[in-house]
Amino acid sequence: MDVELLEIRQHMGRFPPFDRISDDLLDEVAGQVEVAYYKAGTPILELDQPIERLCYVRSGAVEVYRRSGTLFDRLGEGDVFGHFSLLRNHRVRFPATALEDSLIYFIPETAFWRLCESDDQFADFVELGRPRLEAAVEEQRKNNEMMVTRVRKLLTRAPQMVESTVSVQQAAQRITASQASAVLVVDAAVADPRYTYTDREGQQWQVRGILTDSDFRTRVVAEGRSPDTPVGEVVGDRLIAIQSDESVYEAMLCMLRNNVHHLPVVHRRRPVGIVHLSDIIRYETQSSLYLVDSIFNQPTPVGLARLLPDVRAALVRMVNDGADSRMIGSALSTIGRSFTRRLLELAEQVLGPPPVPYCFMVMGSMARDEQTIVSDQDNALVLSDDFDPDSHDAYFEALARYVSDGLAACGYSYCKGDIMATNPRWRQPLSQWKAYFRNWIDEPTPERLLHSSIFFDLDAVYGENRFVEALQDLVAERAKGNERFLAAMARNALNRTPPLGFFRNFVMEHDGRHNNSINLKRRGTAPLVDLIRVHALACGARAQNSFDRLDQIGRTQLLGPGVADRLRYALEFLTMSRIRHQVIDLEQEREPDNNIEPENVPDSERHNLKEAFQALSNAQKFLKFRYPAPTRGR
Amino acid sequence: MRGRWRSHSRSGANQWGPYIAARAAGSRVPALARYYGAGLPSADTPIGEVSFLALDIETTGLDEARHAIVSVGVVPFDLDRIRLADRHYWVVHPPRALSSLSVTFHHITHTDIENAPDFVEVLPSLLEAMAGRVVVVHYRNIERSFLDAAAKARVGEHLLFPVVDTMAIEAHRHRLSLWARFRRWLGHPPVSIRLNDSRQRYGLPVYQGHHALVDALATAELFQAQVATHLRRDMPVGRLWS
Repeated sequence: MDVELLEIRQHMGRFPPFDRISDDLLDEVAGQVEVAYYKAGTPILELDQPIERLCYVRSGAVEVYRRSGTLFDRLGEGDVFGHFSLLRNHRVRFPATALEDSLIYFIPETAFWRLCESDDQFADFVELGRPRLEAAVEEQRKNNEMMVTRVRKLLTRAPQMVESTVSVQQAAQRITASQASAVLVVDAAVADPRYTYTDREGQQWQVRGILTDSDFRTRVVAEGRSPDTPVGEVVGDRLIAIQSDESVYEAMLCMLRNNVHHLPVVHRRRPVGIVHLSDIIRYETQSSLYLVDSIFNQPTPVGLARLLPDVRAALVRMVNDGADSRMIGSALSTIGRSFTRRLLELAEQVLGPPPVPYCFMVMGSMARDEQTIVSDQDNALVLSDDFDPDSHDAYFEALARYVSDGLAACGYSYCKGDIMATNPRWRQPLSQWKAYFRNWIDEPTPERLLHSSIFFDLDAVYGENRFVEALQDLVAERAKGNERFLAAMARNALNRTPPLGFFRNFVMEHDGRHNNSINLKRRGTAPLVDLIRVHALACGARAQNSFDRLDQIGRTQLLGPGVADRLRYALEFLTMSRIRHQVIDLEQEREPDNNIEPENVPDSERHNLKEAFQALSNAQKFLKFRYPAPTRGR
Repeated sequence: MRGRWRSHSRSGANQWGPYIAARAAGSRVPALARYYGAGLPSADTPIGEVSFLALDIETTGLDEARHAIVSVGVVPFDLDRIRLADRHYWVVHPPRALSSLSVTFHHITHTDIENAPDFVEVLPSLLEAMAGRVVVVHYRNIERSFLDAAAKARVGEHLLFPVVDTMAIEAHRHRLSLWARFRRWLGHPPVSIRLNDSRQRYGLPVYQGHHALVDALATAELFQAQVATHLRRDMPVGRLWS
């Protein structure tokens, strides 16, 4: 190492991407640097001028502009610029001017290409290969054990199987003898070829269902059946199973969703084993699954509220274990739904059975399976059309109050916009709900939709799911192709814009203003979710989760090639940043919020956040263009 | 202050032309004859068109009669770019013993010195780097007197050439201007014109000093900053050198 280059290489070595490259390469690059001083206000790169070098800010500050003259970026010490132009046609695309007196290092093109060739990190950084954001998200995914471990790894032996004609007593003896806790019930195959498989002897079988320890109590003994009853008569008719190559995480979700403790594992159609809750818990101690179980065991709302520290601890654990935003969003939503369901069960115990059928509906992040630890409650009641306000509403008002207060005690604060079932407007029979949606969709104005866009993420939590499914059908059918509605939704989706990025310890706005902190929900995830919703409505997608929506949008021609993926990576990164900062808050015993302060953002995250903001900003521009307000109203 | 720059060298900037021509014709040392033969830009060349060479030497002390050069660093540059790839750095073996004080001062060890060549072996390469370029230093008295003394002692001829002195430019701004004299009259202490202090006034980063090449680079950056701040690119180089 040349001592004479120390000043240069030590400085570069502190900043990405140079902090990741080898000492030898860094020496070589430092030795070829050219240096120039620019007085504040003087141009460094001028539009269309030939460019052969990568620029590095050694000291001072630089502003980079778009062709149109609008601010593209503001750079400080250790930032690079000019790589876009180097990678394209060697003409300056983004002119740059010294904002302060600046010392610039120019890295020759040969050194630049050597860096790109010999170092993937560097190539990613200048977006030569994959976009940096994609690389960052994929890197994180690779590090998550639970996502990559297949459920078959948890299996220790083949499942016990009995024919449906065997008596429950014999089945119980088989279970006992094999020290298992469940048995699969099979039939000689005839009926449904979807579930048949062929065993080693070439005989066709079909799995009917699973019989567990607790089934012997609930379905045999409690119901007073004889030990001679064939198992085929007591086995349930719904089989929930999982493919052996699914992840442990997927198995956990499947158990959470269905509230079951045993899960048959199949390879194609052949059963290869049974996983039990305890297998997963052993694998992932103190998982959120365990938490859900204890939610359903709480006898009072007070007991539920005491679980709040456990919910927070589960989040911290998931983040530290490298879970991605979908795992966290779906686990927290499942927890939220479980709280809601348990509160409804408790409410019905107190208030008695409902006078008419109802469905408890949630909106917003819980409906999208994207909840975070900082969450309002957004809910409503969809009642049967037999609802009679005079004789029934007192019951539902009390029910709504019980659940809403209970949720608030569990950390889900009251909705500031009063979108809760306690508000009589949002406690209506199905026909009225249909009228609401028809009205929003058919007579849209941005003002009217401003506060109701949250209703376009909707899901059933408890009760008559079909009520909410009917509303989901209505939305999917009516919204598609309705230009005025989509234009109004699109306009509202542009109300909140992302910042430009960071500059030193400030958040940089597009007009050059600085802020001390940024609300990552308001300026990042929320507008991104809003615009994904508009596209989803436009193509009649029925998914509520933003990633699922992007999958469905990606199958249409609505967005250009690769755009859905870019939005996916941007959403993943923004959501994870938000969650990680909430975990930092929790670990430092502060109340978590959605704000991040630039000084807490490491350099690598800054660059990725900037790219995510950029993806959002571009997508917003496209949205405006794709769903213009119709010139003539009908 | 643009355009109000006045040369502090009253002795007439044009005297260097005839001197260089005479040495080119009269030198008996081939390396010196080649250096002077390459010539220098004429005194009326605008500084924006001149090739410069930032030069710094480290010595065992301040008196050229008693102390010696231990290292030389040069970096070629112009007003647009400093070309670090074309830098040179030489450690030379002083004829006199190193004091322990100067060892820590220069980050050069006894082993470095023991294996180093004598100045006479470095001189041709140094002159080649200087050929056709105007030398820029910070505090001309050291570089000029030590290089001249070393050449005289080794090859029996003088090594004299015009230099631009970044410290003199700072002195002119901060010590000799009407404003500076006014400040002094008010009792303010004089502004420091040392290399690192001067650099900080232009927002240039602090470098670890006392390495000949790092100081040469620091001097080149300072000169670019001085020109960008106070001078015009069309100023004749003869008004800056002495």
